[in-house]
Amino acid sequence: MPAISFQSVFKRYSSSRGEPVNALEGVSFDIAEGEFFGLLGPNGAGKTTLISILAGLTRATSGRIRVRGHDVQADYAMARRQLGVVPQELVFDPFFNVREALRIQSGYFGVKNNEAWISELLESLGLADKAGANLRQLSGGMKRRVLVAQALVHKPPVIVLDEPTAGVDVELRQTLWQFIARLNRQGHTVLLTTHYLEEAEALCGRIAMLKNGRMVALERTSDLLKAASSNVLRFKMDGALPVEFRETARVTGRIVQLPAHDAHEIERYLAIIRQAGLRAEDVEIRKADLEDVFLDVMAGRGRSLEPPT
Amino acid sequence: MSGWQTLLYKEVLRFWKVGFQTVAAPVLTAVLYMLIFGHVLQDHVKVYDQVSYTAFLVPGLVMMSVLQNAFANSSSSMVQSKVMGNLIFVLLTPLSHWNWFVAYVGSSIVRGLVVGLGVFLVTALFGPPPLNAPAWILVFAVLGAGMLGALGLIAGLWAEKFDQMAAFQNFVIMPMTFLSGVFYSIHSLPSFWQGVSHLNPFFYMIDGFRYGFFGVSDVSPWLSLGIVATAFLTVSAVAVHLLRIGYKIRS
Repeated sequence: MPAISFQSVFKRYSSSRGEPVNALEGVSFDIAEGEFFGLLGPNGAGKTTLISILAGLTRATSGRIRVRGHDVQADYAMARRQLGVVPQELVFDPFFNVREALRIQSGYFGVKNNEAWISELLESLGLADKAGANLRQLSGGMKRRVLVAQALVHKPPVIVLDEPTAGVDVELRQTLWQFIARLNRQGHTVLLTTHYLEEAEALCGRIAMLKNGRMVALERTSDLLKAASSNVLRFKMDGALPVEFRETARVTGRIVQLPAHDAHEIERYLAIIRQAGLRAEDVEIRKADLEDVFLDVMAGRGRSLEPPT
Repeated sequence: MSGWQTLLYKEVLRFWKVGFQTVAAPVLTAVLYMLIFGHVLQDHVKVYDQVSYTAFLVPGLVMMSVLQNAFANSSSSMVQSKVMGNLIFVLLTPLSHWNWFVAYVGSSIVRGLVVGLGVFLVTALFGPPPLNAPAWILVFAVLGAGMLGALGLIAGLWAEKFDQMAAFQNFVIMPMTFLSGVFYSIHSLPSFWQGVSHLNPFFYMIDGFRYGFFGVSDVSPWLSLGIVATAFLTVSAVAVHLLRIGYKIRS
C-alpha cells in the first residue's frame, strides 16, 4: 500500500473576478512507504493546493487522495493521524509558550504521556532553551522550528513539508535536514516541496514536477539527472547575448550557462562567441544539476514527459 | 485528555491567560451599570412589589454579562485564529465538527459562567437578591451561554475581519440584550413594544433567569425554557452544519 496515493486530482475555483481557475488538472501519482519525495514546480504550479487537499485544508473538485489507504475526505480522522504537515506560512498562537503549544498539539491527536518525545523534539531542533518562551518572542527561524516540532509531535508516519526552508538561515537548514533525514532512515515517508533545487537533489530519491496544475515529470532523481543534457558550459561576458543562445541560455547577470551534450557543441558555442567579437571569462564546464533539468522541463524542452496515467 | 478535551482546555486557557480583560473588565462594566442605574432609578422604578430596584437589577446584569461574554469568547477566538492563520493547527487534526462545536461552545459557557459569577458576587453587595430556585438560574445561564457561544461561533466563521465582528456585536448582540428587559420589566412598556419584546429570545433568557431568583417573572419559566432550548438547538444545528461543511475555513 502506498504511503500517499493521488488519483486524478482536479481543483477548480473561481478567481476574485469570477473566472474559473484550474489549479490542478488531473494529478496522479503514488509515493511509496519510506520514500523521500520531492514535489517541484514554479510559483502557482499547484504544489500548495495539492498539499492542502492532502491535509484536508481544501477539498478537491474531483479525484481522491489516500494516505496509507485512508481517504482524506471519507476517512479524514485516520488520514490526518498519519500526516504531519509543516505549513508554508509562519503561523503561531500568541497565547502559549513553546512547550505548551507542543503539548496542546499532541493532545489534539489524543496522544498521552508524550513528554519524552516532546523533549526529544525540542532537543533535536535546537529549541530546548526556548521551551518556556512565548511564541511571540521567537525569531522567524525559531518559529519555523516550532512549526516542524508541532507537525511531528504525534509521530506521524508521513511527513509533509511545504517549503520549510524558505527564508531560513543556513544553520537551521542543516539542523532541519539532518533531523528529517534521520526520521526518513527510521522509516518515515517524507514529501517535500521546495524552491531550493540543490536541496531536492541532495535529499529526494524521487521527484515530481508540476506546471500549471499538470504533472510534467515523475522520475528517480538520479535518472532525471542522467537523462538531462549532461554538461553545462558556464562563462561570464559583457555585451548582448548572441541570438543563437537566446533559446537555450540561462542568464544570471553576467553569467551565461548553456546546456551542452558533447565537446562538439562546446566548440560551436565558443566559435559563436568569438565571431560575435565577445570576450568570455571564467569559462568552465560542469555537470548538469537539477536546476538545469528543472528549467528544461519547465520550458518544455527536450525531455518533457507525458504525465503517467 | 482526549482530542476534544484538549481543544476545550486550550480555549479555556486562552481567555484565562488574559483574564484581566476577559473576566475582570466585564465585571467592572457591570458594576458601573449597577452604580449608575441603581442610583438613578432606585426611587423611581418599582418592578415587583417586594423587590427593590437594585436587587431587581442584579440578575439582569449577571445574565447580560453571561450572554455577551459567551458570545465574545467563541467569536473572538475564531476570528483571531483565522486572521492570524493559527487555525491551521486545529484544521490539521482529526477532530470532528462535533468536537469543535463542543470545545468552542463549552469554553464559551465556562467564560460566561465565570464572568456571571464574578458579576453576581460584586453586584450582590449592593442589594443581594433572594435565591428562590437555583436550578432555574443554572439552567438558564448554561442554555443562554450555550446559545450565545454557538452564535459567536457562527459569527466567527462568517467574519473575515475584526470590524465585521464588531458590527455583528454592536448591531445584533448589544441591541438584543439591552432590549430584553435587563433594566426593566417589559410590563412597564407600551403594549406594542411588549409584543416586540416577546419576539426576542433574549427576553426569555433573562426572564427565566430572573425567575430563579425572585420566583416571579413576566411569563412562565416553562415557556421561557421551551423557547430558549429551541433557540439553542436551532443555532447549534446551524453552527454544527457550518463546521461540517468547513464554511469559510476549508475551501
